[in-house]
Amino acid sequence: MIESELSHNPKRDGTNPGDPLPRLDGHVSHGRFEQVLRAGHFAVTTEIAPPDSADPTEVLRRASLFDGYVDAINATDGSGAHCHMSSLAVCAILTRAGYSPILQISCRDRNRISIQGDTLGAAALGVCNVLCLSGDDVSAGDHPEAKPVFDLDSISLAKTIRTMRDDSQFLSGRKLDLAPRLFIGSSINPFVPPIKNRADQLAKKIESGAEYIQSQYCFDMPVLKDFMAKARDLGLTEKAYIIIGVGVLPSAKTARWMRENVPGVHIPDEIIRRQEQADKPKLEGRKICAEIMQQVKEIDGVAGVHIMAYRQEKWVGDVVKRSGVLAGRKPWAPEKSFADIQAIS
Amino acid sequence: MSYRIRLFAIRHARFFEGLYNAVNPAIVGTLKGVNKVFGRKLDRPITAMERGLKGVLFDCQMCGNCALSKTGMSCPMNCPKTIRNGPCGGVRADGTCEVKPEMKCVWVQAWDGASRMKGGDAIQDIEFAVDHRDQGKSTWLRIARGEIAEKVSDRI
Ligand code: SF4
Repeated sequence: MIESELSHNPKRDGTNPGDPLPRLDGHVSHGRFEQVLRAGHFAVTTEIAPPDSADPTEVLRRASLFDGYVDAINATDGSGAHCHMSSLAVCAILTRAGYSPILQISCRDRNRISIQGDTLGAAALGVCNVLCLSGDDVSAGDHPEAKPVFDLDSISLAKTIRTMRDDSQFLSGRKLDLAPRLFIGSSINPFVPPIKNRADQLAKKIESGAEYIQSQYCFDMPVLKDFMAKARDLGLTEKAYIIIGVGVLPSAKTARWMRENVPGVHIPDEIIRRQEQADKPKLEGRKICAEIMQQVKEIDGVAGVHIMAYRQEKWVGDVVKRSGVLAGRKPWAPEKSFADIQAIS
Repeated sequence: MSYRIRLFAIRHARFFEGLYNAVNPAIVGTLKGVNKVFGRKLDRPITAMERGLKGVLFDCQMCGNCALSKTGMSCPMNCPKTIRNGPCGGVRADGTCEVKPEMKCVWVQAWDGASRMKGGDAIQDIEFAVDHRDQGKSTWLRIARGEIAEKVSDRI
């Protein structure tokens, strides 16, 4: 445990779930998410949709749906180029309640000055994990007239945060008094062209500083297996924790719509047909997700799954249980559930 | 038209790589001489020449930090997100761009072009985000003046 950098933090006495945890040897952050991965557990992460609201309890309500089923929660950053509460604010609210949120930073809306400021701010608020993304183009969202920034790209962004953390300085070389202790992640989409080069790109992402990777939706096992085989050959599974994205689809219609309209989503026809022909399509969608989770866990070098269940959040617990990927382990959850707190107040 | 030429240049990335490697030092060498005699007086016509030539061949956007030899002769500044280490995760199944479906993703092209080039492995190196102060400047002149290294891989 590394005490020195905790010196100006309040002493952890167990009364406040948001107090920083001690940083273990060989760990880059104080976070529980890094601890779960480094301990060799199969991790489960999911995504929270930041509300269109200034109400912090709405954030906690949404997070409470995942209690006891996930190790970390990604707070999206204007996903699909739509406005919502900022990822940083969602992460700060979740951190205070003891959760392990993952701050998503997209390069679409901010330049390097703003991003480095937010990185320090996030770490100061207790955030321990960050995911570096290029971001969807503004044309995909509800403000297509906005100016796209894209000053950095995801690889330059990871490098920037790594510089701040490991060299304790800004890109300009100006020194930091206290470096942000962030566990750095990046994304990959093995399912769209150039498929044969996606493992090479993964190598670049890891070289730029990514310590864990979260992938786009996986509905195509053969493509994933190929990708992971290449990643293993390149020795990448030794260098970063690879977490595979899975999705809960409510209906074949939604699946088709997503395939057509959401950039980077690849869903094979068989999956859509299977859901279409099922007696209970909603249930079938969850079964498909749970099966994919089981198959993903069997692949050498996969460190976890990332469940994306937009508007299906209440089913995340169900697919985790069905899949059995936690093998009896129960991820951290607040002592008092959100429902209890509501009942008291 | 120029889009068609751009695709042609990537399909023949190996040839263009050779041409570029042969011509570039000659241009830079000449410009070193020009620079000694004329100083900055000829900057505008020289920059216009670079813009014209590389514009026709590669749809060059004059970022001032030319990385063509490292990106399969596919100019990354044509990516709507100006990604310098691409592609993004949104590429369409047919290899076209997420943002502009009428265009092939410049990074799918880049990896393809790199696979045809002798020095194609350079695409594996990380290229840090572009310096926006150099937008519109001539990369040739900057190399001739020693502001940046001739080989992209030698730049930091
Ligand atoms: S699909 Fe290719 S060209 Fe289009 S934004 Fe993504 S990386 Fe850039």
